[in-house]
Amino acid sequence: MLKSQKNKYTKEDPLEHDEYNFAYLDEQTKRMIRRAILKAIAIPGYQVPFSSREMPMPYGWGTGGVQVTASCLCPTDTLKVIDQGADDTTNAVSIRKFFEKTANINTTDDTNSASIIQTRHRIPEEPLKEGQILIYQVPIPEPLRFLEPRETETRIMHALEEYGLMHVKLYEDITKHGHISTAYAYPIKVEERYVMDPSPIPKFDNPKMHNNEALQLFGAGREQRIYAIPPYTKVISLDFEDYPFEPMKAEAICSICGSNSSYLDEIIVNDKGDKNYICSDTNYCEKRK
Amino acid sequence: MNNILSVKSLTKTYGHQIGCNDISFDLHEGEVIGVVGESGSGKSTLLSCLAGRLKVDKGSIKFKSRTDVKEELTEITEVRRRYLSRTDWAFVHQNPRDGLRMDISAGGNITERLMALGQRNYSSLRSKALNWLSKVEISTERIDDNPTTFSGGMQQRLQIARNLITEPRLIFMDEPTGGLDVSVQAKLLDLLRKIVIGLNLSVIIVTHDLGVVRLLADRLIVMKSGEVVETGLTDQVLDDPQHEYTQLLVSSVLQF
Repeated sequence: MLKSQKNKYTKEDPLEHDEYNFAYLDEQTKRMIRRAILKAIAIPGYQVPFSSREMPMPYGWGTGGVQVTASCLCPTDTLKVIDQGADDTTNAVSIRKFFEKTANINTTDDTNSASIIQTRHRIPEEPLKEGQILIYQVPIPEPLRFLEPRETETRIMHALEEYGLMHVKLYEDITKHGHISTAYAYPIKVEERYVMDPSPIPKFDNPKMHNNEALQLFGAGREQRIYAIPPYTKVISLDFEDYPFEPMKAEAICSICGSNSSYLDEIIVNDKGDKNYICSDTNYCEKRK
Repeated sequence: MNNILSVKSLTKTYGHQIGCNDISFDLHEGEVIGVVGESGSGKSTLLSCLAGRLKVDKGSIKFKSRTDVKEELTEITEVRRRYLSRTDWAFVHQNPRDGLRMDISAGGNITERLMALGQRNYSSLRSKALNWLSKVEISTERIDDNPTTFSGGMQQRLQIARNLITEPRLIFMDEPTGGLDVSVQAKLLDLLRKIVIGLNLSVIIVTHDLGVVRLLADRLIVMKSGEVVETGLTDQVLDDPQHEYTQLLVSSVLQF
């Protein structure tokens, strides 16, 4: 499905989508979320609390991302939704359908023609451009959470820029595994100030966040936090001088499109444990075929 | 005077309850002051006030920084206080679990303060950790083990290493030997004395164990019900106690 398509069901039956306000949330809620988003953009990497709403889907399915998307959507927008890079997995399909039904907007699989992309755990391979918004679903926004369980304490640590603890984690990684073994949700420092959890994207994607032309928004529904990386923002992955950050991917090529530069999923193909690798970004793979 | 810390009329109350009342003393550089008294006499309150862990109601605490500037600790910002508390100060807890990260390896525990100060070289952090482990007499092979696998005495020594790596000038100790068996206590005291004298550290040590202060402290402060009842050189106070409470305290020690 390369070209954008209208959702025919809601088109033919206007009553169906009139039962909802545009993009499901009421206007006051969207204003509240937009204010949080503006604040987040003004302070890159800072977690802005917002009053997260119950959404008609369980926590962990992207309720935060969905609320941010709902607040950003205009009737003229074209939405793409991906889950682990794929457009056709359950989570992506459900959220895409949700907005087709409640906002009656165009949706697409094409990274290039989408104006808003909601994502779970990946950044598309195709470079994003100015004007696009990438919205991440975030399970746990606090990068220090597993090191310091007290929220009161982590807030002070952010306020006072006390990030030594983050390096203790990386130190432990090297000590236990001989290299920094954190492979996803790899901590980053935004605009030389806030340490941020990039959501569970593979660290392969971390460099794409740096100086990205698109606006990157992060929504955590259960934890009630929104944060942002504005376009052209400096994003650095934390590391040690003698153990520098290294993006990582499987040493293989995609068995469908032959790409050797994209992030790959490992597929077990039979009971003997034989493996195949394919691009995790399905749209990128499709275009290359 | 060469005071690293001067305390004047320090008062802290908990509602109607007095924590500590009108306490004044000076701590010279390189000196060890012992604070003794029974449970509830306000010694831990005093220590927490000095270390900025509790807000003081009245009085002043002047601290001489590395640059010889006198800072009023009751008025410094939270940022400055936290900076001082991980560079110039150390706080040794009675229970090492309060001062250590139990799920982080010994090496990570020791070097946390250095990483907080911006050191980003793994190999150099590691060699510093090894160096401090041997200074506190823990086998360097244990560097990658978690403190949960350490004995009580080792945990306490690890806590000391973790605190001293930034070469602080002022150490607060809250019953550092509590909960350890006597032979381990003796070893720990020996180590503490070596480090304190070797690095010329200024120490305030809170304890109810007179043996500890006899060995470590130059001067003593005896507290009862939030007030200082007697001060003086350690030997003088212990050998010739003037106040009746001090007399009781000294005579309560078992003699062998």
